[in-house]
Amino acid sequence: MATRWFGAPVQRLEDPRLLRGRGNYVDDIDLPEMLHAAVLRSTQARARIVSIDASAAWSLPGVHLVLTAQDLGEVLEPSPLLVPHAALTQPRTQLPLARDTVRYVGEAVALVVADDRYIAEDALDLIDVEYESFPVVHSLEVASITDGPLVHDDVPGNVAAHLAQTVGDPDSVFASAPHVLHETLLIDRGAAMPMECRGIVARWDAQDSMLTCWISTQGPLPIRNGLAAIFHLPEHKVRVVAPDVGGGFGTKIMMFYPEEVLIPFVAMQLGRPVKWIEDRREHFISANQERSQLHEVEYAFDDAGILLAVRDTFLHDTGAYAPYGIIVPIITACTLPGPYRLRHYSSEFTVLYTNKVPVSPYRGAGRPQAVFVMERIMDRIASELHLDRLEVRARNFISPGEFPWDVGLVYQDGGPTKYDSGDYLAGLDKLKVLLDYDTFPALQAQARSEGRYLGIGVGAYVEGTGIGPYEGALVRVESDGRVFVSTGVTTQGQAHITTFAQIVADQLGIAPDDVMVSTGDTQAFNWGVGTYASRAATVAGSAIHIAAVKVREKAKMVAADLFEAAPEDIELADGKVFVRDAPHRALTLGQVAISSNPLRYAYGENARTLMSMKLAGPRPGPALPEERGGPGLEASGFYSPPHGSFASGIHGAIIEVDPVTCNVTFVKYAAVHDCGRVINPMVVEGQVHGGVAQGIGGAFFERLVYDEEGQIINASFMDYLLPTAAEVPSLLVDHVETPSPLNPLGVKGAGEAGVIPVPALFASAIDNALAPFGIRIREMPLHPSRLYELLRDAKDKPAL
Amino acid sequence: MRERDDDLSQCVEECEIAVTVNGNRHEHTVPVRLLLSDFLRHELHLTGTHVGCEQGVCGCCTVLFNGEAVRACLMFAVQADGMAITTIEGMAGVNSELHPIQQAFREKHGLQCGFCTPGIIMSVHAMLHEHPDPTEEEIRHELSGNLCRCTGYQNIVEAVKLAAERLRLQHMEVE
Repeated sequence: MATRWFGAPVQRLEDPRLLRGRGNYVDDIDLPEMLHAAVLRSTQARARIVSIDASAAWSLPGVHLVLTAQDLGEVLEPSPLLVPHAALTQPRTQLPLARDTVRYVGEAVALVVADDRYIAEDALDLIDVEYESFPVVHSLEVASITDGPLVHDDVPGNVAAHLAQTVGDPDSVFASAPHVLHETLLIDRGAAMPMECRGIVARWDAQDSMLTCWISTQGPLPIRNGLAAIFHLPEHKVRVVAPDVGGGFGTKIMMFYPEEVLIPFVAMQLGRPVKWIEDRREHFISANQERSQLHEVEYAFDDAGILLAVRDTFLHDTGAYAPYGIIVPIITACTLPGPYRLRHYSSEFTVLYTNKVPVSPYRGAGRPQAVFVMERIMDRIASELHLDRLEVRARNFISPGEFPWDVGLVYQDGGPTKYDSGDYLAGLDKLKVLLDYDTFPALQAQARSEGRYLGIGVGAYVEGTGIGPYEGALVRVESDGRVFVSTGVTTQGQAHITTFAQIVADQLGIAPDDVMVSTGDTQAFNWGVGTYASRAATVAGSAIHIAAVKVREKAKMVAADLFEAAPEDIELADGKVFVRDAPHRALTLGQVAISSNPLRYAYGENARTLMSMKLAGPRPGPALPEERGGPGLEASGFYSPPHGSFASGIHGAIIEVDPVTCNVTFVKYAAVHDCGRVINPMVVEGQVHGGVAQGIGGAFFERLVYDEEGQIINASFMDYLLPTAAEVPSLLVDHVETPSPLNPLGVKGAGEAGVIPVPALFASAIDNALAPFGIRIREMPLHPSRLYELLRDAKDKPAL
Repeated sequence: MRERDDDLSQCVEECEIAVTVNGNRHEHTVPVRLLLSDFLRHELHLTGTHVGCEQGVCGCCTVLFNGEAVRACLMFAVQADGMAITTIEGMAGVNSELHPIQQAFREKHGLQCGFCTPGIIMSVHAMLHEHPDPTEEEIRHELSGNLCRCTGYQNIVEAVKLAAERLRLQHMEVE
């Protein structure tokens, strides 16, 4: 084989189109006769809807439809509970339009369809909703008040779920441990904020009874299945396409957002295509958010800094509904042990409803919180025992010989939290080199003598990735030799079109340029789940590999018959198929594809040349021998992992804190990452860069501030600050590669990794920088004004 | 209240405008409240100009307005009457070679989901016209008017450096 594409920094196949401005995002879709929708959202966080008067909206010229809950008929059903769990005793999901109660500011109350979006928004202003407001559950503290206000009248104490898991015997260990400490740690809300907001175009073709929806989503197949059920259509009469998606980061893997039911519903009612595009203000108050948790953690360790046991109890804020059940807090509980040999651990969490935007996974999905907790523990142990922070971590690391390592907990997919492979110490050593760790104390001392506060911080993590249940793919060689690949997962910038093409190219002896990948079109592939949990490369990539291997073997069988040779003597390279010892007499892959379909007619250059070659005629017997498994040079493959694979990493940074302005700048940032075998290093590093930037946002800038009325008071990009090029440093990135033994490619997920350790290392670096003040960070995000308060209240104050 | 309504009813609701976009002249009658971004996207079907916030913060809708980078979501279409606009579609044709800035973004992996990319490329185009040889700090400062949620900016900065170098070389060759 001439070239190996797996592992090469292949330039992205998706780029030429996107760079020319010729992408196809949902809002770029323009259909004849299309109407435009706008959503009226609740202005109240907890209220009863007394009345809705839409008469003025109806009479506005250009308005076609005004919809409230009572108009929805049997479609007025709560969204499905996506991941039920026995501990989730009070599951509540959202209605497409609020019926009589609203539970967060932003909840959909009415929908208008008009000639254009401008008129539709005019009409929203004409709808008169009378609310009777009640006290608001605006925080975890309020949610846990005995006999306090309730988000759902029938959910006592706002408790959606309670789950306790124990590994080993922490109680006895605590009883005899040399050191026991306790921390209260808070992580507040943030949001994914993809640059493209959500959006939907729906078209109902009455003649063909066909519903087509283009949705900016990470999971078109589940939505297709759900819409088919809601509208009583066979699944092949509903097509859901995720076209180009302008970022997702978890917030777009949801079923259903209300609009995903409402827009198809009105398109069917009106018999005209309808478009709804979420604006940024709507995104702030109606797209799912995450992160908010309050941890009480107790931990025991010995004189050598070995962590003996952890008891973590936390509250998790799920917002007004729990569409994803308790996935996020389960991930937190299972991520907390991290790369450490923790044998005695108890985790207990309570999931509380609040009058806030619902919570579902956002890149990292409960992991940044867990890593924040565990890494605060590691830093504290080091500080108590006057040990080096990396040394404490190294002493506690699981060693390479101990894999597979069973943490002892049930993971989010219901399987074991069982680390498949890893080499954490190798990562730590690489980090030391990148950071020039050993010279830092001198650098820090020098800076302090000049009145500057430098600090170094680290954060290590293990990330569950690549969970099941399964994904699948179809690989088909077309008659011109190009290869069509389709899969149910979607892509939102992760370069799947390129990395999937690399996987196929290696098996079929072609270049990635000759592979056409379709992701997220339910008409192109009928089975699968979606892109989440850093699973696309692992699960769909493996399915694609399996399908491509089948196609390769089939090509060998077909060519062997034509060349009167044995299949094992056939080779595929450079788009050609030939007998190993006779490469001069080769078929193109396209010709083999034509020959795989035993028809008496075929078109094109490949077919003409094929006719002129003196090849063996068909063997006696059926035209399509059984062992070929059907006509055409195509195959489907499915991959279902035994359980998740566990990626890992360690990041470190040197920061400088200005104790007057409380601004923090990065002097250096290094990330060492292990996602198993790397398909495309350029792409993986890009994922790490982007994740870290989001992590920096989540650690320093991005906190969604809800007031006591449940209003987000910073719901715009002017007030909720995403980091810009001026704040995010250039990273030094290095890789450790411990292949996963669980899948044929040896890969682990890479999508979420970058974001996970950043709050932890940010806190670690600030503690270190401000050690002369005796500051210890116990909350995230930590914006400059909060840091100012901490410094103001600090006990020790060196002269500035 | 009634008086104000009466005043509004006498307002002009539509205007004829003539705008040159990517070298082509377009004459349209547009509602006066139509945003320039919506005009480009939905009237002229130049959907490469994206809309990410409608508040002038994210920069996805950046276009060149008489050569200067502006946010199309903060302007009305009527303000473009008689003006010349360049959008991302004006940087390279469907089949023609990528502009050196676009090419550098591809080589340096300066884009992921691609949504912010057209706006960033237009900003960079204007930046490199003003400062053909920017330092990294200047690049980062200039880019801070465009948000990207995918890349962490590092590869965008690298792409801008590469593009600047190539454009300077091209310029020297022309001279």
